[in-house]
Amino acid sequence: MILVKDNRCDFCGTCVAVCPVDAIELREADISIIHDTCIDCDICIWVCPIDVLTSDKPVEVEND
Amino acid sequence: MTDYDVIVVGGGPAGSMAAEAAAKGGAKTLLLEKDRDIGYPVRCGEGVGAKALKQFMNPDPGMIAATISKVRMRSPDNTCVDFGQEEAGYILHRRIFDVALANRASKAGAEIQTRAYVDGLLMEDEAVTGVKYQYMGQHRHLTSKIVIAADGVESRVGRMAGLRTSTKLKDMESGYQVTVGNIDVDQEMIDFYVGDNWAPGGYLWIFPKGDGMANIGLGILGIYSRYDSAHDRTHSFIKKYFPKATILASVCGGIPVGKTLKKMTSHGFMLTGDAAHMVNPVTGGGIITGMQGGQIAGEVAALAIQKGNVSEKGLEDYPIRWHRTEGKTHEAFYRISQTIDTITDEQLNKIAHRLVKTPSSELSLLKIFTTVAREKPKMLLDVTRAFAGV
Ligand SMILES: Cc1cc2nc3c(=O)[nH]c(=O)nc-3n(C[C@H](O)[C@H](O)[C@H](O)COP(=O)(O)OP(=O)(O)OC[C@H]3O[C@@H](n4cnc5c(N)ncnc54)[C@H](O)[C@@H]3O)c2cc1C
Ligand code: SF4
Ligand code: SF4
Repeated sequence: MILVKDNRCDFCGTCVAVCPVDAIELREADISIIHDTCIDCDICIWVCPIDVLTSDKPVEVEND
Repeated sequence: MTDYDVIVVGGGPAGSMAAEAAAKGGAKTLLLEKDRDIGYPVRCGEGVGAKALKQFMNPDPGMIAATISKVRMRSPDNTCVDFGQEEAGYILHRRIFDVALANRASKAGAEIQTRAYVDGLLMEDEAVTGVKYQYMGQHRHLTSKIVIAADGVESRVGRMAGLRTSTKLKDMESGYQVTVGNIDVDQEMIDFYVGDNWAPGGYLWIFPKGDGMANIGLGILGIYSRYDSAHDRTHSFIKKYFPKATILASVCGGIPVGKTLKKMTSHGFMLTGDAAHMVNPVTGGGIITGMQGGQIAGEVAALAIQKGNVSEKGLEDYPIRWHRTEGKTHEAFYRISQTIDTITDEQLNKIAHRLVKTPSSELSLLKIFTTVAREKPKMLLDVTRAFAGV
């Protein structure tokens, strides 16, 4: 499930633009994920310029 | 009878130009903007070419923060390639600029409503017949002959009409910018950093904003932004080079740098600006291309209404005219951007070393691209196309 960190979002819409299934609702100063529609592809997490979004899936460990 | 002939969604440059052109063409026009203020927040570096802007207006001095006559491109090893041109471009105050454009639309007769969030479309079968929106907590709807969606990078209104407007991760620049004070930069120069160090798949920019201020920002391709975000990279840069700068404003935003959507109309519906992916894929500039697209969309909409045919066929002049004016160049730039993405930092350094040997009076963007094409010969034809505007 995609989680939105409290009071961090700048409402820029970049995540909305890349979401393949239109699962992000954004108003002037209000963002919410439509969890029933979301397919957990995580690309909104990748693209957010200020790291507002996270997932509650277990974190993959990086080996570098 | 419909409530309006044309309803435009979004009050950025594309939406205001569309509304102005539609109203001038005799259409009863309404523009709806979700934010409280037209022109705010400013999610933009605010750079435009002077010649390109002058196609649309003689800019008022009050909307210009700085006039640019010098360009510096830095390779990853910090070799500076400098060139110049008198009054090549401007750094705008977009907050003032966007309001001026919306004001032009209203002078042409368009109505404007802010705080109006469009959350659905009225549809009859496949045809778009109006919008649903929320205004100050109330749900409302209005009918129209044509809806023009100029709702920016999000482009949700297009999806409501059944068009595929989402941007692929590989075609999205994840952007962040701060406006800083107390820095000593040349107020006539724009400064770019290319290479993987600061902005893989994009670039970092320093645009002067007058009086010891500047916009410093960067865009990186979405595929590179998972573990080191645009925000973190920008702040590391400022810490390193301008530790005394004060942060006066910060914004983030996405820049769609893919190809313009093939399908930008349906019955009673048109897409324009960022919503139609009209941004220049190499520079990431979308102010001028959005104005161009919006203006054509508004003109075609007004004509289609006069002729009484708002079907996709009735609106076909819009994609045709876009393709003729901007579209072809845009496609050449897209292919160039795909090649640029394959250039390594070492190749960039090599190109810069070659370019610094050229006297700066002989340097231009065209010269830079043709030198790049020596590393990537397959680019040469597109460079010629892009700069010839064909
Ligand atoms: C960090 C950054 C730097 C940039 N730098 C430059 C630059 O230096 N030069 C340049 O030329 N371009 C630059 N760009 C790109 C440029 O900002 C855009 O291309 C340009 O603003 C596009 O204009 P537009 O009218 O299509 O969309 P926008 O200006 O985004 O306007 C869309 C409007 O629609 C409104 N809207 C959205 N959804 C709804 C809805 N459902 N209902 C009602 N209203 C809605 C929004 O609130 C917004 O006001 C930059 C972009 C970013 C993110
Ligand atoms: S995880 Fe994928 S589907 Fe879910 S909201 Fe993010 S982009 Fe959309
Ligand atoms: S990309 Fe990030 S900052 Fe922008 S709207 Fe989405 S969550 Fe908010």
